[in-house]
Amino acid sequence: MIPAEFRYLFPSTVDEAVRMLADEGEDAKIIAGGQSLVPVLRMRLAAPTALIDIGGLTELTGVRDDGDSLLIGAMTTHYEVQRDHLIHDHALLLKLVTDTVADPQVRHRGTFGGSLCHADPAGDLLAPALALDAVMIIAGPGGRREVPAAEFFVDYFTTALAPDEILIDVRVPKYTGWGAHYEKLNRVAQAWSIVAVAAAVQVRGGTIEAARVGLTNVGSGPVRAVDVESALVGQPVSAIAEAALRASSGDGYKDNLARVLTGRALTAAVAG
Amino acid sequence: MTATAEPEVGKARLRKEDARLITGQTRWTDNIQLTGMLHMAVLRSPVAHARIRNIDCSRATAMPGVAVVLTGEDFAAEQGSLPCAWPITEDMKSPPAPALAVDQVNFAGEAVALVIADSPYRAADALAEIDVDYDELPVVLDLEEALRDTDLVHPDLGTNKCATWVFDSAEAGSGTNVEDEISSAEVVIERTFRQQRLIPSFMEPRSVVVDPSAGMFTIWSATQIPHILRWMLSAVTGIAEHKIRVIAPDVGGGFGGKLQVTPEELLCLLVARRMGRPVKWTESRTESMLSGHHGRDQIQKITLSARRDGTVTGLKVELLADMGAYLRLVTPGIPILGAFMFNAIYKFPAYRFVCTNVFTNKVPTDAYRGAGRPEATFAIERMMDELAVELGMDPMKIREMNWIKHEEFPFNTVAGLTYDSGNYEAATARAMELFGYDDLREEQARRRADGSAVQLGIGISTYTEMCGLAPSRVLGALRYGAGGWETASIRMLPTGKVEVITGTSPHGQGHETVWSQIVADRLGVPFEDVEVLHGDTASSHKGMDSYGSRSLAVGGTALVHAADKVLAKARTLAAHMMECDEADVEFASGSFSVRGTSTARTLSDVVLAAHVAHDLPEGMEPGMDADATFDPDNFSFPHGTHLCATEVDTETGVVKIRSYVAVDDVGTVVNPLIVDGQVHGGLAQGIAQALYEEAVHDEMGTLTTATFADYLVPSAADLPAFLTARTSTPATSNPLGAKGVGEAGTIASTPAVVNSVLDAVRHLGVRDIEMPLSPERVWTALQGRKADDAGEVAAGGLGSIDAQGGQS
Repeated sequence: MIPAEFRYLFPSTVDEAVRMLADEGEDAKIIAGGQSLVPVLRMRLAAPTALIDIGGLTELTGVRDDGDSLLIGAMTTHYEVQRDHLIHDHALLLKLVTDTVADPQVRHRGTFGGSLCHADPAGDLLAPALALDAVMIIAGPGGRREVPAAEFFVDYFTTALAPDEILIDVRVPKYTGWGAHYEKLNRVAQAWSIVAVAAAVQVRGGTIEAARVGLTNVGSGPVRAVDVESALVGQPVSAIAEAALRASSGDGYKDNLARVLTGRALTAAVAG
Repeated sequence: MTATAEPEVGKARLRKEDARLITGQTRWTDNIQLTGMLHMAVLRSPVAHARIRNIDCSRATAMPGVAVVLTGEDFAAEQGSLPCAWPITEDMKSPPAPALAVDQVNFAGEAVALVIADSPYRAADALAEIDVDYDELPVVLDLEEALRDTDLVHPDLGTNKCATWVFDSAEAGSGTNVEDEISSAEVVIERTFRQQRLIPSFMEPRSVVVDPSAGMFTIWSATQIPHILRWMLSAVTGIAEHKIRVIAPDVGGGFGGKLQVTPEELLCLLVARRMGRPVKWTESRTESMLSGHHGRDQIQKITLSARRDGTVTGLKVELLADMGAYLRLVTPGIPILGAFMFNAIYKFPAYRFVCTNVFTNKVPTDAYRGAGRPEATFAIERMMDELAVELGMDPMKIREMNWIKHEEFPFNTVAGLTYDSGNYEAATARAMELFGYDDLREEQARRRADGSAVQLGIGISTYTEMCGLAPSRVLGALRYGAGGWETASIRMLPTGKVEVITGTSPHGQGHETVWSQIVADRLGVPFEDVEVLHGDTASSHKGMDSYGSRSLAVGGTALVHAADKVLAKARTLAAHMMECDEADVEFASGSFSVRGTSTARTLSDVVLAAHVAHDLPEGMEPGMDADATFDPDNFSFPHGTHLCATEVDTETGVVKIRSYVAVDDVGTVVNPLIVDGQVHGGLAQGIAQALYEEAVHDEMGTLTTATFADYLVPSAADLPAFLTARTSTPATSNPLGAKGVGEAGTIASTPAVVNSVLDAVRHLGVRDIEMPLSPERVWTALQGRKADDAGEVAAGGLGSIDAQGGQS
C-alpha cells in the first residue's frame, strides 16, 4: 500500500500552518498524529497534493487550567490525555474514554484534536466532547473563532472546519467530582465500537443533580441523549433503568444496545 | 569432556532464532535489494466475473519510471496454467488457471495487468492509469445455487460441479451400511452447519524476488514450500529444474496460506526472464486478502444415528465445498483430508462421506491451519452435543461411552485408518480436574434458576486429528501428486561443530531450536554447536517442506536416522582408533569409550580423524556426514480434551470466554515452550473462527472484509489466559514418539467454544447460531429471529436515535 505523491510541509507556528493551508489550496491536508489519515493515504482513498505536518507545533500540546474550564491542546496525544492529572480531576470521562481508544501504539501517536477533526462517528472522543459541551477553538486566516461541539460535528467525517482552518484547542468545562463511565461494545479490542455510551453524572445525597450522556456510532455523528439526561435530573439513582430506555425507541440491535449500554454506563458512573 | 548432560529433548529451550527475528536482524524477502531491480505492481479485477473486452495500457506505459506494462495477452503463450497437484477423482473438472487473466476474470482480485517500474511507488502510481473495459457476467456465489448450473463460472466446463468424492464404509469393508443403520435407528439427528470462509492472516505479507542473472533463476519467496515451488515452476514454465534455485529466507508465518504456487511467483519469474533484470513484488495486506487463497467455506449436512442408550450407530456426511474460481495447488483435496476425521474418536459402525466440490466466483480456497480436519471436528463435536441434548444425557458421558478405550489401540477406524495409540480417558480426566467441571455445572444451574442476564455455558471438544503427512503410498492412493517422505543431512565439521540440513521449511515454528535439541541429544554435542540450514534448494536439495504438522514427526525422524548413521560410522572409527572390538565400544554424552577401561575418544576427536583421513579402517570413506530420508508407515494421531466456559450476556449478545482448558496428547514433546506456543496460537485461531473471523462477499462478489478493520483477528487482549496441560501417549509410528502439534489448538477449539455458547442459551430456545458468533447474531438468536431478518447494523445509521438526538 503506497500513497500517491504529495508535498510535505513542516510549519513551526500556527500562523505559518494557516498560511500554508491558504497557499496550498483545498487539496492540502493537515496531518497530526496520522493514525486515521495515513491508512487513508496508503489505501489511496484520498490523495492530497500537500501534507502540512503540525507535529512540530509544541504550543498545541498539553492541558492547561483556565479557571472554570480546561484547555486541551489539539496535538495532545491520547497517551498524554490518559495521564494528565487535570483531566483526571476535572474531566474524568475523557480519560476513561481515551483509555479505550484502539491500542497502545495508536494512543502514543494519535491526538485528541485529530480524532475530533476526523469526525468518524465510530470514533470514541466525539460523544464525550458533545456530552461535555466542549468548545472547539479554531485558527484561520481571519483569526480565531470558537465553535461548540454541537455545531462542530456536521456529518460523517465532516466538521464545521473550513478548508483553511486548524483546530488548535478544545475548551472543556470542569466537571469536578462528577462520576463518569464509558461503556463500549466492540468485537475485538482494537476494533471500533458497534455502540458505546459516555456518561457523566453529578450525584448528591443519592439524588442525580445533572447528567451528560453521549452515544458513539449510532448516527452520522455523535448523539447526545438529551431525553435521558433530562429524565434523570432531580431523580434518585434508582431512576436510571427507566431513564435509559429513552436512549432509543427502535427495536433493532443497535437500539437495544443504546438502551442497555446507557443503563450500564450511568450505573457505573454513579458507582464510580 | 562432556559430563552427563541434562537431556535436551523435553527441555523448554528459548528459541535460538527469536532474537534475530524479533529485532529484525534477519532477511525477509522484502528486505532484499538487488542492483538494477525492477518492481512489479499488480492491477486486480474489481469485478467478480467478466469478459475482458479491452485493456488500454498506453497512459500507464508513458508514466515516469515505468519500464513496461504487461497483460495476459503478453503472457498467453508462456504462462501455462497454475498447477493443481491433487486431482481427487479421475473425472475432476479442472479449468485452466492463468496467472494473469487473458480474456475473462473469475473473481474480484484476480490479476489482470502488471506494471513494471523502477520503484514500487511509480509502479503503484501507474496502476491507476490502466484502463480495462469489462463486460460483466452473472456472478455465482452461493454453493447450492451454483449446483443448479443456471449461471456458470467456467462455461467451457458446462457445470459448476468440480468433482464428487465418496467414501463408504460398506464399500470399503471397514464398516456396515450407513443407510441401513439410519433406517433402523432409534434416534436420528440431522443438522446442517456452515463453515464460514476464513482468510489465513500470516504476519509477513507474501513477497517474491527473482534474479535472472548468472545463468540461472534465483527466486526468494515468502513461501512454506521452496522445494515444491521449484518443481512446479519448472513444470509450468519449462525452465529446467536445475536452473531454478528457490530460497525461502526467514518467513513470517503461513498457516497454510503460503502452501501455494502463487500467480505472482510465476509472474515475477516470467517478467525477470523477459526483462533480464531482477524483479520484486510485495503485496499489501488488502491485496493479500483479495488474492491469497482463503480457507474453509463448506456447507455440512450431517446425519447421525444412535440407540436410545446413547450408542452411536451411523454417520453420514454430505458436504458442499467451495473451491472458489480455480483449483490451486491442493484446493480439491482439502475437504477430502477431513473425510477421515468425521468419525473422530468414536466407534461408529457405519460411515459414509460424500463431498461435492463446487466452483464459484470467489478467491480460490486451499489449505488453512488444519485443512479439512477442523471442519470435520467441528461437525462431529457439535453433533455429539446435539445427541446428548436429544437424549437428555451429559455431553461428556455420551462421548465416553462411544470413544475408543485406551486398551483398544491400535484401532482400525470406520474411515479406514489405524489409530496407533491414544488415551482419551487420561486426557479427559486431567482436563475435567483442571476445569472444575462440577462446580461450573452448579453455577450454571444457579444462573439459570435466577434468570441471570449473564448465562454460563460449558463446551466440550474431545478431538483427534491426523498429522505427520504422510505415508507416500497413502498419498498415492488418494491421487495426490507427490510423496510424503522427508529428508535430513548432517554435516560433521572438522572442529566438531554440526550443520543440519532439513527438507522441512520453517516459517515461524522454531525448527532451528528443536532440530538442534534433537541432534544435541543424539550426538552428545552442545546445543549451541548445531546450526540448522533450511529453505534453500541449493543447500537442502530435497524435501517436502512444512505443512500438516509433519515437520517433527517426519522430518525430525529423518534427522534421528541421519544422526544414527553418523554414530554408527563414528563407532567403527572409534574402535579402530582405540584398537578394540567395535562391540566393546560404548557411547555416552558425546564420548566413545572401551567398556571397562578409561580409554576414550570424544566424538569431536573421531570426526577430526575421519576428516583428515590419515588412518581409516580399510574401505571407510573420509568424512562423517550422513543423509537419511524417512517415509512414515502411518499418520500420527494427536488427541486431547478441550473444555471451554463462556459467559453469554443475553442483553447484548456478547460472548466472553471465562476459562479454557486444553489438555493435549501430542506424544513426546521435544520443547514444551514451543508446544505451548503452538497450542496458544492454535487456540487463538480456532476461537477466532468461532467468534470473530469471516470473509464476507457482497452480492456482486466483492470482498467487503479486505482490511484488518473489517476482518477481525483477535489479539491477546480478546483472549482468556489458557490453561494448558499434556498427557503423553507416544506415537508408535516414529522413533521420537512425536505426533505433531501445529494444528491441534485450531482443530479442537472451535467446537468447544460454539458448544459452550449454545449450552449457555439453549434453555432460552436457541438451537444453533452460525459462526462467527458475533454479539449481534447471538442477540438476534435470543430474540427468536433469524440473523438475516435483523439486517446489517454494524456500521452505523440508526434513524430512531437520530430523531431524538441532541446534536442539532
